[in-house]
Amino acid sequence: MSLSPEQVKQVAHLARLSLPPEKVEPYARQLSNILDMVSQLSSASTDDVQPMAHPLEMVQRLRPDAVSEENRREAFQAIAPAVEDGVYLVPRVIE
Amino acid sequence: MNWEAVIGLEVHCQLQTKTKIFSGAATAYGAEPNTQADGVTLGFPGVLPVLNGEALRMAVTFGLAVGAEVAERCVFARKHYFYPDLPKGYQISQYELPIVGKGTLDIELDDGHGGVTHKTIGITRAHMEEDAGKSLHENFSGATGIDLNRAGTPLIEIVSEPDIRTAQEAVAYLKKLHQLVVYLGICDGNMQEGSFRCDANVSVRRKGEKFGTRTETKNVNSFRYVEKAIEYEIQRQIEVIEGGGKIIQETRLFNPDTGETKSMRVKEDANDYRYFPDPDLLPIVCTPEYIAAIRASLPELPEAKRARFEQDYGLSPYDAKTLISSRELAAYYEAVVKASGAEAKLCANWVATNLLGALNKIGKDIETTPVSADALAGLLKRIADKTISGNGAKDVFEAMLAGEGDADSIIKAKGLVQITDESAIVKAIDDVIAKNPGQLAEYRAGKDKLFGFFVGQAMKATQGKANPDTLNRLLKEKLAG
Repeated sequence: MSLSPEQVKQVAHLARLSLPPEKVEPYARQLSNILDMVSQLSSASTDDVQPMAHPLEMVQRLRPDAVSEENRREAFQAIAPAVEDGVYLVPRVIE
Repeated sequence: MNWEAVIGLEVHCQLQTKTKIFSGAATAYGAEPNTQADGVTLGFPGVLPVLNGEALRMAVTFGLAVGAEVAERCVFARKHYFYPDLPKGYQISQYELPIVGKGTLDIELDDGHGGVTHKTIGITRAHMEEDAGKSLHENFSGATGIDLNRAGTPLIEIVSEPDIRTAQEAVAYLKKLHQLVVYLGICDGNMQEGSFRCDANVSVRRKGEKFGTRTETKNVNSFRYVEKAIEYEIQRQIEVIEGGGKIIQETRLFNPDTGETKSMRVKEDANDYRYFPDPDLLPIVCTPEYIAAIRASLPELPEAKRARFEQDYGLSPYDAKTLISSRELAAYYEAVVKASGAEAKLCANWVATNLLGALNKIGKDIETTPVSADALAGLLKRIADKTISGNGAKDVFEAMLAGEGDADSIIKAKGLVQITDESAIVKAIDDVIAKNPGQLAEYRAGKDKLFGFFVGQAMKATQGKANPDTLNRLLKEKLAG
C-alpha cells in the first residue's frame, strides 16, 4: 500500500500540521511502510472475531447524574488568550 | 412532471440530564457564559470522559419506545473536525456501533377528506453524542465569542430512513417524535432553546427513478420552518433540474425571513471526519437485564393511551387525541373524571374545550393552570347532580379562573343553585299561565311554537334558576290542562 504525496498533504492539512515540502516524500515513504506492516493483518482470518474497540477487556463504568464540577470560569479564563464578558474570543470564523 | 421528493430527517434531541454526557458539569439552560464549562468540556490535557448513566438510560428508553433493537454492546467514536465550539478537536459520537438500531414510528396524515391515513416511517438508528458550544458572531468586534456551556450536553441523533415524501409527512413525523421524547421524559422538547433540532435531507426524482442527489438543510428549529424549508428545497431542485442543471450535494441553511435555503459553501474536506473508536471510553455493555428493567419502566405511550381513552371513556378519536397530547393533560383529565364521578364525555368537553380555551386566552398551560383538576371536578360534580345548569357552570368556571374560590362557595355566593323544588317551579308556572290567557288559548288551539314563550317566561320568573328538565316537564303538564 502506498500513499501519494497528495494524500500525505491532505492528511497533514486535516490534522492542521505544517509540513515542509521536502518532508512530503520521506513521510509518504515512511507512512506507506507502516501501512504495509499493518496490512499483513489482512491475511489473517477474522470471520469469528469481534472487532476490538479497546485493548482493555473491560466495560465502561457509568457516572451518576449529579453535578460534581463547580464553576471555575475565572481560573480557566485567567489562562485563556482572550476573553470578554465571560466568553472566549477566537479569530472570526464566519465572514 | 411527476416529480417525487425523497426526504430523510436527522433529529438532534437534547437529553434532559442534570449533567453533561461525559462530565459532572451542569447543563442548565440560560446560565452565564462558560460557568458550566469544566475541564472536560474545555478539552484540557489529562482529563478523561466518563459516561453519564442517565444519558445511557434515556437513549435506551428511546430505542425501546420505537421498537428498535438496543445494542448490547456499543462504542463511542471520535469525529474529527476543527471548530472553536468544540475545543478538543473532535466530537465524541457513535459511528459503526450505535446504541439504537432500526425502529419505526407511525404517523397520521390528513387524507384531505376529513379523515386520516397512516404511514410507517423507518428509523435507521439513533446514537449518543455530545453537543457543541455556541459561537457568537456579533458584539465582539472582529472576533467570534465562544460560550461552551452547551458543549458536552448529551444528545441522541435520530436518523430516519428516506421514507418521507412530502413536507407534510416530515412535519407529522417530527411532531410525533417530539411528542414521544417529551412523553418519555427524556427531552424537554423546547425547540426555541434548541433542545429538539432538525436537519432535513431532501432530493427529488421522477417517479420510479433511482434517488437523486440530496442536499442537507441544517438546524431548522420549528415545525413551520421545517415545512417551509422542505417545500422550498423541493421546488428549487425541480427547477434546477428542469432548467437543465444539476443538484450539488451540499449543506444549506434556511432563512426564516425569506423562506429560502442558501448554500453554506463549506470546504470540500469538511466531511472527512476520520472516525475511530475513542480510546478514552470503553465499550458500553447493556445487559438483557438492564434493558428489561428499562422496558418495564416505560410510561404508557401516546398511542396506547389514546386507544385506552377511546375504549375506557368512550371518547371520540378527536377528543382522545386532544387529551393525550401531553402526559400532563392526560393525567389532569383522568384526575377530573375520577374526582368528579361525572360522565367521561362531559369531563372531556370541559377539559378539552372550556379549560384549554381559557388557558390559551390567559397564556397559561396545563402545568400552570389556576384551576386544578380537583377544583374542576368540584364544578363538574355540581353539574352532574343538577345543582347548577350548564350555563350557570360557565359563570362559576369564569369565577374560578379569576381565583374567587372553589365551585361550591362561588355557586352559593352568586346564588346560582338551581331550583329543583317542584312546588316552587309549579308556582312560577301557574303565575305565568294566569298572566297570559291569550297565549294559553292559542297554544291549546295548536300553536305549539308558543311552548318556547312559556319556558322563557317561567325561567324569567325563577331568575333562570329552575332546573330546565323539571321546568319543561311540569310546564308541558300544566299547559295540557
